[in-house]
Amino acid sequence: MIRRAPRGLAEHAPILFPALMLVVFFVIPFSLMIAVSVFRRVPGGFYEPDLVFANYERFLTAFFGGVMSFSLGLAALVAVLSVGIAFPFTYRLVKLPRGAQIRWLVFLLSILSLSEVIIGFAWSTLLSRTAGITNLFVALGLMAEPQSLSPSFGALLAGLVYQAFPYTVLVLYPALARLDPYLEEAARTLGSSPLRAFFTVVVPGLRNTIVATTIMVFVFALGSYLLPQLLGRPQHWTLSVLITDQAIYQSNMPFAAAMAVFLVLVSLALVGLALLAGRREETA
Amino acid sequence: MSALVLDGLTKRYGPVTAVHGASLRIPHGQFVCLLGPSGCGKTTLLRMIAGLEDPSGGRLVIDGRDITTAPAHTREFGMVFQSLALFPHLTAGENIAYPLRIRGASKAEQRKRAEELLELVRLPGVADRPVSKLSGGQRQRVAIARALALSPKLFLLDEPLSALDAKLREAMQIELKQLQQRLGITTIVVTHDQREAMTMADLVVVMSQGRIHQAAPPMEVYRQPADAFVADFIGMTNLLEGEVTAPGTAIVPGGTLHLPDLPPTGRVLLSVRPEDVVVHPAGTDGPNRLTGTLSFMRDLGASVEFRIDVAGREIVALSRPQDRPPVAPGGALSVEFPPAACVVLPPMAERPQ
Repeated sequence: MIRRAPRGLAEHAPILFPALMLVVFFVIPFSLMIAVSVFRRVPGGFYEPDLVFANYERFLTAFFGGVMSFSLGLAALVAVLSVGIAFPFTYRLVKLPRGAQIRWLVFLLSILSLSEVIIGFAWSTLLSRTAGITNLFVALGLMAEPQSLSPSFGALLAGLVYQAFPYTVLVLYPALARLDPYLEEAARTLGSSPLRAFFTVVVPGLRNTIVATTIMVFVFALGSYLLPQLLGRPQHWTLSVLITDQAIYQSNMPFAAAMAVFLVLVSLALVGLALLAGRREETA
Repeated sequence: MSALVLDGLTKRYGPVTAVHGASLRIPHGQFVCLLGPSGCGKTTLLRMIAGLEDPSGGRLVIDGRDITTAPAHTREFGMVFQSLALFPHLTAGENIAYPLRIRGASKAEQRKRAEELLELVRLPGVADRPVSKLSGGQRQRVAIARALALSPKLFLLDEPLSALDAKLREAMQIELKQLQQRLGITTIVVTHDQREAMTMADLVVVMSQGRIHQAAPPMEVYRQPADAFVADFIGMTNLLEGEVTAPGTAIVPGGTLHLPDLPPTGRVLLSVRPEDVVVHPAGTDGPNRLTGTLSFMRDLGASVEFRIDVAGREIVALSRPQDRPPVAPGGALSVEFPPAACVVLPPMAERPQ
């Protein structure tokens, strides 16, 4: 394979189209959004051009702070839980025969293709009183009578982890597939039980991958918008919900734009961190 | 008493039998090489000894204790993997001290032992270096040091030198042998390199198709191969098929040989090493000689190699340059097979292939 930097216009041509699309559909709207975020809201109307930072000052209010820290905390919890479940799962997955691995990956990809709406309604049905899983528990004699488990924080968390899990597995898969399987065996011949070998060799050996994946899933979960409304109570609504609420229902475009800019910057910063963590492992 | 006894050790993967009833007694302090072409089951056999594969049948006994089903981490054997399997997140010293850390040794103790072992493998002063900053040869030594950290009863190595270049490999062979002699540790090395096996081992175990063909000291494997596979695999040899017609007489393509060790009757296979074949000018007479035509000749410096067509079969002979007969390719030659150099093997049909 030729590994050299492309030269001249002709060789750069293949990236021109995506670059153009990125400018038209991301850079321009994002710049507009930044501009709007410093505009002044006209009560009863829309907004007019200005250069005020009042919208950003509102970040300091207790209400905004509450939503912000809940969103970040929820995303962090989802990230930690997803990686915590997906890492051992993927570790077992890469040891399966090739055919079985492919079947699992196709299955996970099909979960990933489900829309948030379907996942949300499926979970709310599953956790409902009338048709939910508690009816099964009652039939098994584990519960006295069926009850509703949704909306609740637990339901929201379960739905988000369910949604993030296949994504997490796919991000972890390449690193775990490349891991030398003899590392674990070496640890075992040196006196570690298989479980101990996993925690003393496999996990620390992939520390940066785990950190990078956690950040990726964190960003993924930070943007959740539908599930909090479908599976959570109003106090479980995330920043994305708040932005939509401000933009659509309160007609406060400048404040919504300011929050959106903030969310994008947090996400970008974290993706940058994830790339940095990933790169360090490559060179190690 | 034998340190390690393999009793009919077998490994099957579904319909495939990777190791076929391997039985072997390995005395204390021996340096053993499991030698064979790739896919012969030597690595599977080593992995069963290490406890990384569960045998499908047979027993494994060390010092009278049956360890057939003991998990790898309870066996306390040191193993060096082909990929070395050094832990990338640890320094050289931490890698070596890993088994001590697992057993709860103090930091100071770990450090002391790591430095002792680095001294042992002649790599002092690299304890604090990450393994990614070490050269291939240095990693090799760290892997060896780590496997020896707990003074194991058994030292197992899976193709340990295959990743090194030829010169370094040669040096490491000598060093490994010296280390083993100094420590007196029972050692089993898997290799496909017969030179490596011949120069290092006290006992060479030749395997193919999941079976042990011969387990003997290197010179015996070379001089007295158990069958045609061993004769052919170890070094170069000439295999002659023959038929015993009278006591001590065998008819081979191109003539008759008189040999003392022949079975009373039936088909035989004879193995003669090229360096034992004596080349004479055509027309000279003597016992056990066949006539052939020189098809190819080349100088190897210390010796001359002849390829001689004897009744349609190619015979390879090596002789000293000063003994070279005055003949050019196409010319006739007389080839002598001294009786003492002819090893009688079971006939081809019994050769398990």
